[in-house]
Amino acid sequence: MMALSSVFNVRSAWSIYKRELMRAMRTAFQSILSPVLTTSLYFIVFGTVIGARMEPVDGVSYGAFIIPGLLMLTLLGETTSNSSFGIYMPRFTGTIYELLSAPVGVGETLVGFVGAAATKGLILAAIILGTATFFVDYEIRHPLAAIGYIMLVAASFSLFGFILGLWADSFEKLGIIPLLFLTPLTFLGGTFYSIDDLPGVWSTIAYANPIAFLVSGLRWTFYGTSDVSIWTSLGMTFGFLALCVGVIAFIFKTGWRLRE
Amino acid sequence: MSDPILSISGLSKVYSGPKGGGVKALDNVDLDIREGEIFALLGPNGAGKTTLIGAVCGLVRPTSGTITAFGSDLASDWRSARARIGLVPQELSTDMFETVWRAVSYSRGLFGLAPDKARIEEILRSLSLWEKKDSQIRELSGGMKRRVLIAKALAHEPDLLFLDEPTAGVDVELRKGMWEQIGALRDRGATIILTTHYIEEAELMADRVGIIRKGRILMVDDKASIMQHMGSTEAVLTLAEPLDAVPASLAEFALTLGEGGRSLIYRGGGAEETQGGNAEVARLTKALIADGIDYTGIDIHDSSLEDIFVDLVSAREEEPA
Repeated sequence: MMALSSVFNVRSAWSIYKRELMRAMRTAFQSILSPVLTTSLYFIVFGTVIGARMEPVDGVSYGAFIIPGLLMLTLLGETTSNSSFGIYMPRFTGTIYELLSAPVGVGETLVGFVGAAATKGLILAAIILGTATFFVDYEIRHPLAAIGYIMLVAASFSLFGFILGLWADSFEKLGIIPLLFLTPLTFLGGTFYSIDDLPGVWSTIAYANPIAFLVSGLRWTFYGTSDVSIWTSLGMTFGFLALCVGVIAFIFKTGWRLRE
Repeated sequence: MSDPILSISGLSKVYSGPKGGGVKALDNVDLDIREGEIFALLGPNGAGKTTLIGAVCGLVRPTSGTITAFGSDLASDWRSARARIGLVPQELSTDMFETVWRAVSYSRGLFGLAPDKARIEEILRSLSLWEKKDSQIRELSGGMKRRVLIAKALAHEPDLLFLDEPTAGVDVELRKGMWEQIGALRDRGATIILTTHYIEEAELMADRVGIIRKGRILMVDDKASIMQHMGSTEAVLTLAEPLDAVPASLAEFALTLGEGGRSLIYRGGGAEETQGGNAEVARLTKALIADGIDYTGIDIHDSSLEDIFVDLVSAREEEPA
């Protein structure tokens, strides 16, 4: 039987993971405080000030209703950005030579870079949920499912960010996807409203937005209510995860953007 | 002779161009590297030196050919081979915000080895970086940064070390220090392949020299052998009285007249004394005295590896590519 060390080196993966996390700690203000501050402002404005005048949605107070969406907004943006920067910067500065010349394959690279980005996402999610308690009363109905779902989304979008970091050949391209696609799609994916409340055809159009399924899935883990079935949301998320893993495996096999 | 530590066979690399036309960076390269030697790869800019290193170290995908290191085919059994190979790149590429200690420790872990503080300390001390271990790399001088790259490459204790232009942009004093360090690495048992623009560097350090141009290896030989077979001696004898022609009695020597007959110029022999260059000049001086031809000065110059390199590359330059 083939030894694990001949296909996956735990120490190599751990080294990448640890260094990526430490890199985030070096920029803790940007990595953690900045999204926490932004989310807090959302809670203050939409949750406390405007939310106080809003009717409950699906039996949940408006302030509590927007928590899963805001969490998703930060989670998607931060995991994508962290992971894409994590692999783009070594390509940009040339330090990727060390990774490419090391006895390291796709497994160690993903566990290291994507694992660290996902971990940062989870830490961020925990901090945001903690921050939310200062502004809004809420209870999580399925806490284990919530943790699992957050981990799944964090891993999926860290993988997506990794692909983005390999695809991008400029800082502009690196920033364009989160800015022009992820943030608007999350806003329009039911962060601040229930998609079923949209009038007529807009409700159907809204379901063309894949992020609506993510927000809906996370909202189910929080409050037991959702726009679409949790299984649909889970299926979509796992499908996205599998697609990202497939793309990355292909990239490593062909060396696209990695090896000349 | 033992099996080569690295064996490259029929290696080619074509970079695809924007219009489909490719640039052939390596053209059917065959090269064997012996265990424990310092091998210098010389070549002008764009000759293919860095591409060759990149192909061995996993940075470049070869178009064709095979590379075997430590008996393992790098295409299939790359993990075990890469774990024993170190690379110091030409560019100063490292995380500038990282401390020296962390950067070197990271490299060791990346190559799958357990942390070993004593080993890292030994490496940093040997490269005179110990005092800077807690400094961010961006705070260091250019020479120190290059030594950090060497320390990172040594962190996993490689048996085969590639140094791509290790002393590029380094001042003379530091360059000499690095030569000593490279020599010390070889003394510890590492096999070293270095590319360089400084032919003096190859002449001083290498056991064998390979010359590459336009992706082709023009020659590979022991440095001493190259000097013997391709080197030459030039002696200029300043004559007390000018001559109209080279005397017939001196026809056995490769002589020409210079400065309107006021000097006698000898070109020939090997660069090594054993090859007769200098010995022949000694016989010439005796022959001059025997013929009553007086001279007032003699200037002898052995060609350097640089002369040989320039001659070889420029001679091939005139050939069709």
